[in-house]
Amino acid sequence: MKTLILRTASNYLLPILLLFSIFILLRGHYLPGGGFVGGLIASIAFVLHAFANGLKDTKKLLKFHPGFLMPVGLAISFLSGALPVLVFDEPFMTGLWMHDAIPVLGKLGTALFFDIGVYIVVQGVTLTIIFTISESA
Amino acid sequence: MLIAILTGFIFAILLFFGGKRLVINKLALLPTLIPLGLFIYFIRFIGDISNQNFIYKTYEWIPSLGVNLSFTLDGLSLLFTLLITGIGTLVFAYTSSYLKGHPYLDRFYAYLSVFMAAMLGLVLSDNLISIFVFWELTSISSFFLIGFNNDSEASRKSALTALGITGVGGLLLLAGGLVLGNISGSFSIAEMLGQKDLIQGHEHYILAACLIFGAAFTKSAQFPFHFWLPGAMKAPTPVSTYLHSATMVKAGIYLLFRLSPLMGDTQFWNTTLMIVGGITMLYAAFHSIFRTDMKGILAYTTISALGILVFLIGLGTQESYLAAGVFIIVHALYKATFFMMTGVVDHQAKTRNVTELAGLRKVMLPVAIAGILAAISNAGIPPSVGFVGKDLIYEGTFHFEHSAILLTILAVLTNVFISYAGYVAGIKPFVGKLPEKFEKVKFPSIFLWLPPVLLGSLGFIFGLFPVLIQDALVKPILWSIGQDAAEVHLKLWHGFTPILGLSALTIGAGILLYFLLKPSQKLEHSITRFEKISPKSIMEGVNTVFMMFSAFWTRTFQNGYLRNYVSTIILFLIMLMGFTLIGGTTYHIDYASFAKLTIYEIVILFVLVFAIGLIVFAKSRLAAVVATGIMGYSICLLFVFYSAPDLAMTQFAIDTLTVILFVLVLYRLPKYLKLSDFKVRIRDGVLSIAFGALITILALEVLAQPVNSEISDFYAKNSYLLAHGKNVVNVILVDFRGADTMVEISVLAISAIGVFGLLKLRLKSVERYQK
Repeated sequence: MKTLILRTASNYLLPILLLFSIFILLRGHYLPGGGFVGGLIASIAFVLHAFANGLKDTKKLLKFHPGFLMPVGLAISFLSGALPVLVFDEPFMTGLWMHDAIPVLGKLGTALFFDIGVYIVVQGVTLTIIFTISESA
Repeated sequence: MLIAILTGFIFAILLFFGGKRLVINKLALLPTLIPLGLFIYFIRFIGDISNQNFIYKTYEWIPSLGVNLSFTLDGLSLLFTLLITGIGTLVFAYTSSYLKGHPYLDRFYAYLSVFMAAMLGLVLSDNLISIFVFWELTSISSFFLIGFNNDSEASRKSALTALGITGVGGLLLLAGGLVLGNISGSFSIAEMLGQKDLIQGHEHYILAACLIFGAAFTKSAQFPFHFWLPGAMKAPTPVSTYLHSATMVKAGIYLLFRLSPLMGDTQFWNTTLMIVGGITMLYAAFHSIFRTDMKGILAYTTISALGILVFLIGLGTQESYLAAGVFIIVHALYKATFFMMTGVVDHQAKTRNVTELAGLRKVMLPVAIAGILAAISNAGIPPSVGFVGKDLIYEGTFHFEHSAILLTILAVLTNVFISYAGYVAGIKPFVGKLPEKFEKVKFPSIFLWLPPVLLGSLGFIFGLFPVLIQDALVKPILWSIGQDAAEVHLKLWHGFTPILGLSALTIGAGILLYFLLKPSQKLEHSITRFEKISPKSIMEGVNTVFMMFSAFWTRTFQNGYLRNYVSTIILFLIMLMGFTLIGGTTYHIDYASFAKLTIYEIVILFVLVFAIGLIVFAKSRLAAVVATGIMGYSICLLFVFYSAPDLAMTQFAIDTLTVILFVLVLYRLPKYLKLSDFKVRIRDGVLSIAFGALITILALEVLAQPVNSEISDFYAKNSYLLAHGKNVVNVILVDFRGADTMVEISVLAISAIGVFGLLKLRLKSVERYQK
């Protein structure tokens, strides 16, 4: 499936789709979206790239195995849940929020970091499964 | 006290890091300091205990369930802790020489110290649940120790048998503990004691007693569960010394002792213990005289001794408790000596067969002394402590209120057999002419011969000065089970009484038997003929049938075909749901509440049906996959129409990825194969339609139920106020039920690792195969 059109398009689509996935991730708290869908969209971006350019190129682009994303994401999610326990002596997963909203991002809170963790884990899981299967199929 | 118990566990963990150095740097003796330190720690309590001060410490563990780590140190626990740490010290030192240079010596010490810690926890706990936990820990560490030579199949099998029997016993203990806890409302034995009448009068008393019996009889190798103990002799000798003679097998005895003030003094309790103990002691003692393997002889005499203890507890008089308490000490001393002596003989002469061994005194005199000391104490010849112990046993049976003569004959017979077995194991290998092949046997190192000699002489010191153990150990034991101990005076010489006559008879008959009966293969063969009807073979038969059944079951249901798994699951769902729906559910389908169909829905419906048709009749895999994609997207659209944009987005992304995945895999597969024939297709079709119909009915039923919107109202109201988010779905995911999400993403990660592991490992093996 290495057609010239798809390959050219995918080079432009990858950053756009990744940006879109981050957009979906960030808007999740107010509008439809969130870390899970965002993660899936980001994985689709990479899978599309792999389709057009071959798995090797995508792996080279990524520089590391997507499996490493899983522990990173899990750690971020867990830490955002554990932060209230460690710092403020409140129960696990208490939502902490900053008082003032930041432009573009909106209000910052632990929930956002939790969602970022989900986003990264979902990407890691999806890409690991798809890459592994396509390598061994 | 918690630290004292945990030391063994902590040490085992430390060995994990630095254990290899112990072996390399010849520091194998170092671990001995652990039991030695604990022994010194516990022996300091003797003063308190002999003044009737019991030490009680409690730490909260799971207070909401009434499970606490509460530890009591009274006479009974003190006796056991001293046995565990004292014999432990000698065993640790003995091991350093016995397994010198063994590559896994560190592991061995780790298992041994875990066992020691668990055993200490068991005898010090006051809470039945924590007793259960420590009980199971002793079974598990015993499993590792029996199977220590894990390259031998017999050793692995014995380890499994022992784990199976004692493990089941552990579960019975848990069940018994729960029953007792339910009746009395507490798991603490001390608190239960206050409700003795309630427990004994309760309708479940018999059940609780049976469960406790199950636990004690399996652990303490009572008939018909005794057979794991001879098998456990596959373990290295230090293990047999420590676990299977001195400490672990006495855990059941300890439990019966501990619970007898609570559950004892009833007809059921006493009769069962007397019968089981009586059968065990005679059966095992009789068996021991046919064996030729030294460890086999000792294993059967140990079972017999345990039987005597159960029997004595069953008698339930002050005299019999006293006899049991003293006999625990006596037996631990001489049996550990026996085992260590056997280990040395085995280690130096490379055989344990008593028909071959003779005259070894010429090459290892100290070991011969230990063996003879043990044999004398075992036979109850004065001035050993064994004589004191045996006297007390006969007093217990002789003064029993009914059928005293029968019980005494039983005890005498058992003791005659045991003393014969003791002579064979402890004296025969050392007397007579030294065969030529043993002339080059080397003299053992000091750590091999000193521990048995020490223990053996201790048996004589206590025999000559029984006062030493009387106040420090024996009286507190009786106090701890609520018996009067004021009149206890242990002594060697009681004057000319019928008991003395019985003792003389036992000793004489034992010696006579020794000269009449020579152990030989032929004799052993005469008893192994009956092995077919022994409990062991019956148990093994049951095991085989069970394994066959499991294999059949696994082959039928776990056949590795995904399609069969799915259809089995669906079939069971249909049967379960159909059963419920047919049996008495009334249907209210409220047609009026249905919304009107819109043109969008009709179109989507047609697309769905079309896609299903495509899947069912597709001629190629790719077409079928594309059709499932169409189905997925159609459902997405349905979500959009019913205002669930979050769901729709996710479903859309998931469907895209699924199709890609399928394509990736199918790309490499051969063209469409005929996977199922016409009949199977009809069957699957019927199954699918039935399932669909059921789900439809279920959905309609759910619609007819009044909706409880409390929860969704709460989320809708509070998502902005409490969680600062306007998208309720997302707020639920990341905030209200964030912990669920946390677990879900962990599961996702685990499944990805699973996929990776399965496929990559398979690749590797293929690669290796190609090379």
